Amino acid sequence: MEPSPHTAQSNPPVAVTPANLTERDLVRRSASSVPAPVRQLEPVAKLIDVSKCIGCKACQSACIEWNDTHPAVETNVGIYENPHDLTPDMFTLMRFSEWENPQTGNLEWLIRKDGCMHCEDPGCLKACPAPGAIVQYSNGIVDFVHENCIGCGYCIKGCPFNIPRISKVDHTAYKCTLCSDRVAVGQGPACAKACPTHAITFGTKEDMKKLAASRIEDLKSRGYEKAGLYDPPGVGGTHVMYVLHHNDQPEIYSGLPKDPKISPVVNAWKGMAKYLGFAAMGLAAAAGVVHAALAGPNRVTREDEEKAEDLVKEKA
Amino acid sequence: MATTGIENEDAIHPGKPVVVDRYNLAARINHWITAISLILLAASGLAFFHPSLFFLTGLFGGGQSARALHPWIGVVLFFSFAGLFIRFWRANLPEKSDREWLAHANDVIAGNEEKLPEAGRYNPIQKVNFWAMSLLIIALILTGLAIWDQYFYDWTTIPQKRAAVLVHSLAAVALICVWIVHVYAVIWARGTLRAMTRGSVTGGWAWRHHRRWLKELAERHRFKKPAAPAE
Repeated sequence: MEPSPHTAQSNPPVAVTPANLTERDLVRRSASSVPAPVRQLEPVAKLIDVSKCIGCKACQSACIEWNDTHPAVETNVGIYENPHDLTPDMFTLMRFSEWENPQTGNLEWLIRKDGCMHCEDPGCLKACPAPGAIVQYSNGIVDFVHENCIGCGYCIKGCPFNIPRISKVDHTAYKCTLCSDRVAVGQGPACAKACPTHAITFGTKEDMKKLAASRIEDLKSRGYEKAGLYDPPGVGGTHVMYVLHHNDQPEIYSGLPKDPKISPVVNAWKGMAKYLGFAAMGLAAAAGVVHAALAGPNRVTREDEEKAEDLVKEKA
Repeated sequence: MATTGIENEDAIHPGKPVVVDRYNLAARINHWITAISLILLAASGLAFFHPSLFFLTGLFGGGQSARALHPWIGVVLFFSFAGLFIRFWRANLPEKSDREWLAHANDVIAGNEEKLPEAGRYNPIQKVNFWAMSLLIIALILTGLAIWDQYFYDWTTIPQKRAAVLVHSLAAVALICVWIVHVYAVIWARGTLRAMTRGSVTGGWAWRHHRRWLKELAERHRFKKPAAPAE
């Protein structure tokens, strides 16, 4: 195997760098298969330390700027979220919740940067019917390929985190790319680069887990006994992870699911339903062929015609 | 004798052979719009159902247009089938004799129709087909609206959409199976297709497959002038 190029340097190269995320680095491709990759890229991860976030939305601004999206200006309805939700033009969103800690009586302001989690077992990719519209690279990035997207919205049904959004303009699905175009040339995501408190960091998944462990130790020493890393095993782990001060109840962070996994309904639809469907349609067609071979056609006889003529003569 | 099984358009043309009007022009146009919509829906729907059939989107100008067209064709099918339903639901109501007819399933399959009770305008298998189509199309339009994200995204929650897409695919499979039975039956019972092309069948066909219907028509003197001789 070829060595993995570095995708997680804190000081990215300034020289022209060839993109290293290519077709041959795909491990999964929606509604199609890929040849075994010739190399294994180092798994990467974005670590979002919720305890360090100040809610400045620099990450959102950086995301808009890098991806050149143009979210509509909305009306202030008295909440901090802006825009009101993830949109086809807003791939990441600070979600704010005010939570009263029943143990301490303190009001805690929990701010979570929402966006694609880059699941190891991506439900969007599993649900997608369009060949090559969703791909997964061996470094863990899950990316949407817009020229292959048909805009059906199946990815929305597959996603355990409610992330993809369909554009009303070009009818394709959008979400965080983990800045795959930046990572491909050794840079980190725009949001991580812009974060003033280093609440967002980017590197190899291994390094990010180590960093998280030290942060969790620190939080525990400050009285957050349930501090922990959110890297949910139900989706095989994620390549966007959170450090949460209350990891025992992720739902208080604006509904972060406690045990996300691909819905059994989606699994049934993408698994059992297909086998059952082809079997049923195949059997129906086969029954016709067998019956035709054994029984032969059911023809109207001369006698039938005569009987009808007699009946009509009698009554007419 | 039950009198549910006669439509206004049905009439006997005495002659040799006897010809019986079964479907008027409007019914036939209605039927073929439904049939064409159903085939287009099956082709585009199967393309989204399994990757091995995705190439079928090529018939619609690609994945994007297939995705955009499929629900609209579904709307056409729904209203078109509603037209057929209004025409034919009365003739498809179950009757007492249907039970006995179905008890002779072996004779049905073997084609021993003389051993069966005389059938009206529709036999019980046709009736089951009709009601299965009706129910499945209702299920498909309802679940279809739930996953028509372009216009109805906000109407349902994501878990509801997941259930809807699963039910939609299973109902579609069931409908295709019913459709296969329908098409096969037409091919098997020779002389049936002309009912939906020319609108009429021969007296012998009516005598063989729908004798009670033919007898009722004769009983009620539903005669028209003899069919023009063959040219």
